[in-house]
Amino acid sequence: MKYTEEHEWLDAKDEVITIGITEHAATQLGDVVFIELPDVGREVTKGEEIVVIESVKAASDISAPLDGEITEVNEALAETPGLVNEDAEAAWFFRMTTTTPEEMDGMMDEDGYKEFVGE
Amino acid sequence: MATRSLLGNDLARTRPPNVGLVGRAKPHHPTAKRANRPDEPIPSNQLRTHIVTQLTDYDTYDFANRRHIGPSPQEMAEMLAVVGAPSLDALIDETVPKSIRQADPLPWPQMTEHAILAKMRNLADKNRVTTSMIGQGYNDTVTPPAIQRNILENPAWYTAYTPYQPEIAQGRLEALLNFQTMISDLTGLPVANASLLDEATACAEAMVMAQRVAKSKAAAFFVDENCHPQNIAVMRTRAAPLGIEIITGAPEDLVPEHVFGAIFQYPGTHGHLRDLTPQIDALHSAKALGIVACDLLALCLLKEPGAMGADIAIGSAQRFGVPLGYGGPHAAFFACADAYKRSMPGRLVGVSVDSQGNKAYRLSLQTREQHIRREKATSNVCTAQALLAVMASFYAVFHGPKGLHHIATHVHAHAVALRDALVASGFAVAPRDIFDTLTVQVGPMQGVIWRAARAEGITLRKVGDDRIGIACDELTDADVLTRLLRAFGIEAQTGALKTDIPDALKRRTDYLTHPIFHMNRAEAEMMRYMRRLADRDLALDRAMIPLGSCTMKLNAAVEMMPVTFPEFGRLHPFAPPEDARGYTEMIDDLASRLCTITGYDSMSMQPNSGAQGEYAGLLTIAAYHRANGDDRNICLIPTSAHGTNPASAMMAGMKVVVVKAAENGDIDLDDFRTKAEAAGDDLAACMITYPSTHGVFEDTVRQVCQITHDHGGQVYLDGANLNALVGLARPGEIGADVSHLNLHKTFCIPHGGGGPGMGPIGVKAHLAPHLPGHSETGGTDPVSAAPYGSASILPISYAYVLMMGGAGLTQATKVAILSANYIAKQLEGAYRVLYKGEAGRIAHECILDTRPYADSAHVTVDDIAKRLMDNGFHAPTMSWPVAGTLMIEPTESEPKPELDRFIDAMLSIREEIRAIETGRIDPENNPLKNAPHTMEDLIRAWDRPYSREAACFPPGAFRVDKYWPPVNRVDNAAGDRNLICTCPPVEAYQEAAE
Repeated sequence: MKYTEEHEWLDAKDEVITIGITEHAATQLGDVVFIELPDVGREVTKGEEIVVIESVKAASDISAPLDGEITEVNEALAETPGLVNEDAEAAWFFRMTTTTPEEMDGMMDEDGYKEFVGE
Repeated sequence: MATRSLLGNDLARTRPPNVGLVGRAKPHHPTAKRANRPDEPIPSNQLRTHIVTQLTDYDTYDFANRRHIGPSPQEMAEMLAVVGAPSLDALIDETVPKSIRQADPLPWPQMTEHAILAKMRNLADKNRVTTSMIGQGYNDTVTPPAIQRNILENPAWYTAYTPYQPEIAQGRLEALLNFQTMISDLTGLPVANASLLDEATACAEAMVMAQRVAKSKAAAFFVDENCHPQNIAVMRTRAAPLGIEIITGAPEDLVPEHVFGAIFQYPGTHGHLRDLTPQIDALHSAKALGIVACDLLALCLLKEPGAMGADIAIGSAQRFGVPLGYGGPHAAFFACADAYKRSMPGRLVGVSVDSQGNKAYRLSLQTREQHIRREKATSNVCTAQALLAVMASFYAVFHGPKGLHHIATHVHAHAVALRDALVASGFAVAPRDIFDTLTVQVGPMQGVIWRAARAEGITLRKVGDDRIGIACDELTDADVLTRLLRAFGIEAQTGALKTDIPDALKRRTDYLTHPIFHMNRAEAEMMRYMRRLADRDLALDRAMIPLGSCTMKLNAAVEMMPVTFPEFGRLHPFAPPEDARGYTEMIDDLASRLCTITGYDSMSMQPNSGAQGEYAGLLTIAAYHRANGDDRNICLIPTSAHGTNPASAMMAGMKVVVVKAAENGDIDLDDFRTKAEAAGDDLAACMITYPSTHGVFEDTVRQVCQITHDHGGQVYLDGANLNALVGLARPGEIGADVSHLNLHKTFCIPHGGGGPGMGPIGVKAHLAPHLPGHSETGGTDPVSAAPYGSASILPISYAYVLMMGGAGLTQATKVAILSANYIAKQLEGAYRVLYKGEAGRIAHECILDTRPYADSAHVTVDDIAKRLMDNGFHAPTMSWPVAGTLMIEPTESEPKPELDRFIDAMLSIREEIRAIETGRIDPENNPLKNAPHTMEDLIRAWDRPYSREAACFPPGAFRVDKYWPPVNRVDNAAGDRNLICTCPPVEAYQEAAE
C-alpha cells in the first residue's frame, strides 16, 4: 500500500492500481452522502480532479494520483456512499492503469502516512 | 449625571434639545416649572424661553437609546463593571486601535419614530404609481391581505434566520418545501431549489451550471434574442470574465454543436409563444443543455418546460403576490432535471427524519453553500429570497390550482381581447399567439400613444422607436382596457372574453395536486396555518439569535412599515424616472450617508446580496485595471476569509492565492508580503475582513493595505463586520478601495428566514467610473436584474440611519462591542475564548472553543447547539471560522437580562458537560446527546438517566412561555443520501375540498 498527501491509498496488483481514501480522511469528512465517479475509459493526468465526494460537513474532490486510464469504478459505492465510513480500506473508488508507475515509489508507506497525519 | 459620562458623551453632545411646544404646557413634569397656573394663558415673553428650554434629560422618543439599543444606562454600567472598564469610551479605546479611529463624528441628528413615518410618507408621495403594463419580467399582482399581514408584516416570519438549525425552523422549511413543490409542478421538472436572488442572476447561474454539467465541450452559450434585456445583460456580465462566448439570435439560428447550452424566454419578452421541443432535442443530440426562462402564471395554461424536455427552468415568482417594489426583492426560482440536482446552485429544502423516526425538514446538501468550495466554486450563491418565496408559496396555497388557473385565464383573456380590438382597428400586432404580452407596431405614433396612455394613468413599454409593448396582469380589467384602447384612439366594445392558445401549446398535465394546495381556503384556516408554521420556528420575536458574523439585531417595526406603502410597493423597476422621485431622493440620500459612514466616495445600490456585492466589487476592480491597460488577475485571500470571497474572485476571473493565518487568527503579515511580492505586476486585489472573521481588530490592517497598494493592487474590505466600525472607523480611511455593506446585517434589514438582503458597494473615487451600470439607466455590465437591486427594502436602512442619528449609530457600535466583551467575560471561566486583541479585548463577536469536549465528554459543537434549543435559544454560528467552535455576536439590541439568560444557558451546558466528564452521567444517553427535547418527550415512556424537567426546562427556558422544538434531532446524512425535495405524500389523503 502507498499513500498520498491527498489522503488516498493506492494498492497495485499486476499493472492495475486500486484507489480509495484513508480512514483518517473518512473520519475527517464525517458521514459521506454522495460520490460521483469518473467514466470508465477516461484518460486522466496526475492532479486532475476526477471524483466528487460530499459529506454532511464538506464537499471535496479526489484527484488522479498518477497519469493513466480509468479501468473500473466501484458502482456499489456510488449507490451506498456510507460504505466509506464503515470501512475506508475496503471501499475502493476506482481502478486505473498508469504510464508512470515509477511515481509510486516516491509515495509514503503506511508508517510515513501515519507520521504525516500525526498518529 | 454619573451614568451618562460613564456611557460616553457623544449623545449628550449631538442630541438636539428637547424643545417644549408653543402653547402646550406640561405641568405634570417636575422640571417644567412656571409660575402660571395651567388654566392661565402664558405670557408671550415666557413662550420664547419655553422654545429653547430642555425639559429633562430623558427623551421619551429617543429611538436610539430607548428602543434600538438594548441595555439601559444602568445595565450598561453593570456590564462595564463586569468587563472591568472604567467607561464605555475607555473600553472602546482599549479595543479599537487608535491608528484607525476616525477623527470626526457622524454629523446628522436623531429623528423620532413619528417624524420618520412622516418623512417616509412624504417620500412615498413623491412616487407616482400608475397602472403598469410595462411587463418585461415584472407584473403587478394582488398581495392577498392575509399574506401581507400574517407573513410580510409579521416579525415571526421576517426576523427569522436562515434555517440552518432545522429543528427550530420547521415552519418556514415547510413553507419553502411548498414553494419547491409548486415550482416543480408548474415547470414540470422534478427538483426545484428554495429560490435565488432574481430572474437575471438565475439565468446566469443556469448558464454556468450548464457549462459545468454539459458533456459538450463547446465554449459558447446561446441566448435567445427574445430574452428580457436585463437577463441578457446580466448573463453577458457573468460570461465575460469566465471566457464564455455569448451568441444571441432567434431560436431558428441556433447551431447546437457550437454551444454547451442555450436559454430561451417563454413567453418571449415581446410576447412570443413557441414550442421549444425541437431546439431542446437538437441541443441534447449535441450533448448540450436546454434552459427555459419562464413565467409561472403562463405555465398554468401553457405546455410546461419539462414537457419540452428542458434540463433547467428558471424565472421569477414575483407575480405570485409579491409587490413590484421598484425591482425587488422577489424570489427567483430554479428547477432542473434529476440528473443535475447535485449541481444546482442555492439552497434546497429536503425531507429527512428525526431521531424518533418522525418526518422532519432540513436544508439538503448544505455542503454546497455553507462550506462553499472556495476557489473551486463556480457560484458564490449562498442565499435565497426566503421571505418572498414563502409569500409566493402561500399565494399558491391561498388560491389553489383552480384559483391560479382562473387568474391566468383572466390575464390571458384580457390580452386576447386587447389584441383583437387592436387588430380590428388596423394595428399590426405581433406575435399573434400570446399569453399576456403583445407588441404593437405604431411607427412614428409611439410617443403620442405612450403619452396618451400616461394621460389615462397607464405606463406602457417603448420597444425600439416604433413599437409599444403591453403586458396584462391580474389587475387588468374592462376599465383598464377601455382606457388603454382610448389611448390608441379606439372605443372599446363590450364582448365575451375568450382564450386563444394553440392546441400544441396547451398544458396537458395537472399541477399542485398535493393536499396542501387543496386545503380549505377560508381566511380563518389560512391565518391559522400561517400561525402554526410560525409557531414552530424560533425567530428574533422570541429570543436573541447570537449568530456570529450574521448581526441579528433589532428590525424595528417603524423601519418595516414603509415597505408596504403602496407607493413603494407598486412601482415597476423600469418606470419612468419622473414616477420614482421619492425613491431617487431616498436612494441618493441613503447612499450619501453610507458614504459618510464608510469613507467612500461613491456607492452602487445594485447588488442584492452580500456575495453579489463581493462579485460586483471585484468586477469594478478588474474593470479599473483593464482601463489602465493592466492585465492583473491575482487575488490574495486569507484562509480565514468568508467562503464566498474566493468564489466571488473566481467569478470575477481572478486567480486566488491563499494567505496564511498566524497562530492568533490574524493575517500572517510575512506570508502576505511574500505572496504580494511574488504576484508582482499580476496582483489585482486582496480581500480582507475587518475586524477579522476571528472577531479581532488587527493592528496591521493599514500595513496590509499599504503592501497591496505598493504592488499596484486594490483592497477589497469585506463589510461583514461593519457593525463594529460604524462611527468609530471608516474602511475608506483605513486604506480600502471598495467594500460591500450588508444592509441586512448592519443596517437592520431583517433576514427574512434566509433572504432578502442587500449588498451595495462603496468605492473610492478612482473606482467610481467602473461601478456596475444598468441598461435601463444608461450603463452596462449590470450584476442584478433591477438598477437598484431590492429597492423596496431600502426604506428600512434609511429609516434606521436617520432615526439613530450619527451619535446613535456610534453608540450602537460601542454597545455591540460592550455586549460581546460582557458575554466573553462571563463565559471565559467556563469556556476558552479564542482570539483576543492586544489589550485582551474582542471586537463585536467572540469565539468559544468547544473542541476539548469532544475528547473529554464526546460532546460536539452540534450537541451544544441542539441543547441550546431546549434552553430557548438559537445556537451561535457553528464551526466557523474555526471548526468545532461557536461564534457569538450579541449585537447592541439585546437587553442585559436576555444576555444573562443566554449566559446562564451556556454555563448550565458547561455543567452538563462536566457531569459527563466526571462520569456522573452516561456519555451517550444524556441531555446533550438527546437534545433537543420535544413536548412528545414529556408523555413518551421515559427511561433516561435524567429527569424530564432537566430535559425540557434547563436554565434559560421559560416556564409558561417555553419554546418547544417541534421535532427531535434531525438526521442529516439520511436526508442527503436520499434526497426528497417536494412535499411528501400525505398518508391520510383526504379528498380535496374542491
